Amino acid sequence: MNKYLLYPGCSLESSAKAYAESLNAILEPLDIQLEEIEDWNCCGATEYLGINLIPAYSLIARNLALAVKQMDGAHTLVAPCSACYLNLAKADHYMQERPALGTKVNEALAAGGLEYKPGTLDVRHLLDVLIYDVGLDAIKKKVTRPLSGLKVAPYMGCMLPRPDYKHRWSDHEHPTELEDLLRVLGADVIDYPLTTSCCGGHMTQIGPETAFELICRLVAGADERGAHLMATVCPMCQLNLDAYQGEMNGYFGTDYHMPILFFTQLMGLAFGKDPDELGIGTELVSSRQALMHIGVEVPAAPEPTARRKKEEGLPMPSRLLRNGHKHEKEAVR
Amino acid sequence: MPQMTDERVRAGLMREEDLSLLHEVSMKTAGVSRLEMCIQCGTCGGSCPAAADMDHTPRMLFAMLRAGMREEVLRSNTPWICVSCYHCVVRCPQEVHIADVMYTLKSMAIRAKLYQDSTAPHFSQTFVGMVETFGRGFELGLASRHYLRYFPLRLPGMAPMGFGMITKGRMPLAPRKIKHMTQLKAILKRAKHLELTS
Repeated sequence: MNKYLLYPGCSLESSAKAYAESLNAILEPLDIQLEEIEDWNCCGATEYLGINLIPAYSLIARNLALAVKQMDGAHTLVAPCSACYLNLAKADHYMQERPALGTKVNEALAAGGLEYKPGTLDVRHLLDVLIYDVGLDAIKKKVTRPLSGLKVAPYMGCMLPRPDYKHRWSDHEHPTELEDLLRVLGADVIDYPLTTSCCGGHMTQIGPETAFELICRLVAGADERGAHLMATVCPMCQLNLDAYQGEMNGYFGTDYHMPILFFTQLMGLAFGKDPDELGIGTELVSSRQALMHIGVEVPAAPEPTARRKKEEGLPMPSRLLRNGHKHEKEAVR
Repeated sequence: MPQMTDERVRAGLMREEDLSLLHEVSMKTAGVSRLEMCIQCGTCGGSCPAAADMDHTPRMLFAMLRAGMREEVLRSNTPWICVSCYHCVVRCPQEVHIADVMYTLKSMAIRAKLYQDSTAPHFSQTFVGMVETFGRGFELGLASRHYLRYFPLRLPGMAPMGFGMITKGRMPLAPRKIKHMTQLKAILKRAKHLELTS
């Protein structure tokens, strides 16, 4: 059994708990053991780096230092979230590239009785470990319910294949790893050139118009190519495309219904697991119809919609907001 | 190839306080920024998914840096619009660490209190405040504080989403706190001190 250290990241405890559940469900068939870093803290996402340099890197490095204490033969630290993965990899990389930064970060860590020697750990994303350590052949052997007939858009997002300090991926803009994996699961993978386009990151919070354009581009792209659903490898991408899809539809007056599932959920389904073991049903854009293509029945959940129909109700402030824009933006197709 | 800025400082050829704006930004950036190597080709702006909303493309901003236009650079919304997708970074023929330079410019703008877009810094600072208090992110607290202040009109349109997130158990109502918060606080306190004195 292969042992890895795990940095789950905050979203796996909240918005992406389906990712955590489905990951747990596939560990045993794949013969992997993940040991969670004790008392890990938030990686700072893309926010802390923009405020302070040394505190931001110290925040990240505390996790690396804690991981080293638990190494015991395991050298690889796995992060399922692309943003966490990048931050951890970035701290490790820059502490080496610029020794002055490494020294200062270690001075800060010393205040907490910790230290981290850059290069000690191998920081990797979950997809990387599954493809290059476990291997596609081993994964194929576990498939009991091939996803044939399910058209999937493989969406890798940006922070996984880029900037790619250690040259792990086949390409920075059109990597094929996720596609290869989905094919092994038997899925009908569509040609999706937007696979590493941006989901908008934190722009859903600070500049919604920018984010809606990016979300629309991705969802429309998958829809036009006939995808039943999109597979993602990152909680941030899942959140933006799933939870903000409704608001994006409202903004552009579109009517897209594109379910967004984690690739681990699709792996679980292909391994014959039950949907409720995999957190399926927690997505806001339901995957129920899409999964009927592979004969998977997901119990219908009450959709969280407003009772009153738009036409009958009072004018909603969201409409006022939309009309308030100086330039009505057209959906980017 | 000109010597890298921080190498020149390390070699004692120049003092940090004598550096021009370009060099100051380069020094404050994690890793070796390679900012001095920009050849103004514009590949960055052409690759950027959010360039249309930016005051200046990265290329233009770097030209302004070189020209010493401190205030204009720090007032630009460009670093705040950057989505950290690293498209420009992998395409840059000079391998400038563009996304990391944007992080540096954000922190400089906050320190100089020179930024036009007021929602982005507030979002970053609220996020950091949560992390410094709990050690973990807290989405509900962050979202509600940020939206109430800047996007109250967005809230009714977002209600079904928020309701869905909570009922599907995807947005805990209370934050999780790490065990050794005192340790994290001590580390961050020392780190902030080091940031100010270096």
